[in-house]
Amino acid sequence: MDSYGYAVMLGFTVLASFWLEIIYKVRVLARFKRALAAILPVAAVFLIWDFYAVSAGHWSFDQEQILGIIGPFDIPLEEYLFFLIVPIAAIMTIEAVRRVMKNWSVGDEMSDEMSDEMSDEMSDEIKKESDEL
Amino acid sequence: MSYTALVIIAIITAVIFDLYGVSTKLIFRKVFWTSYAIILFFQLLTNWWLTSNKIVQYDETVILGIRITSAPVEDLGFGFALILSVLALWVYWGRRGSFKNSEQGKN
Repeated sequence: MDSYGYAVMLGFTVLASFWLEIIYKVRVLARFKRALAAILPVAAVFLIWDFYAVSAGHWSFDQEQILGIIGPFDIPLEEYLFFLIVPIAAIMTIEAVRRVMKNWSVGDEMSDEMSDEMSDEMSDEIKKESDEL
Repeated sequence: MSYTALVIIAIITAVIFDLYGVSTKLIFRKVFWTSYAIILFFQLLTNWWLTSNKIVQYDETVILGIRITSAPVEDLGFGFALILSVLALWVYWGRRGSFKNSEQGKN
């Protein structure tokens, strides 16, 4: 069971955050492309850092406590998954907080749900106007 | 360069990215700090697991040696820079509405 040491941490992070998708309907997994576009560029930079840190000896992974699947740049599978799972959990968190605190601005409201409603209203108005004409 | 120095650079870079790179200004928003507080709690918990079980081990000569829940204090900066950058980019894509049509309905 020792080899699951790191994997247990990742499993816990999934359990602790992914329920928000169902209960709070945070729709992060539903917007996976946008999530990937936010995560991949940042993860790439951090993986370069990770590669440098491991090769410079800043930190190391206990080979007994990882699954032993090593990806490119000598980085273990768990570490790659870390930079996917942790950011998804973070995005789910901010999306859950905004659903509870509805009057707190996040900064993407104009092109978010509001704008969809607005464009619906606008198209209704246009229809009305054309009916009147 | 030490882990400490790299963390300081990462934090400054992430803040500049948030303020000027994508202009999301998350560090001035309550929604960010509330989310970060929740994330920090889970980071301390998972970091404790990874470090107290020695799943990840650090070279003592490249860190300050200050430890919080058994993990180097530098890890908190690493996490902050990671989270701020990802959330800023998430909000940036949302503001641009770039992925709206590809994923039915609301972005």
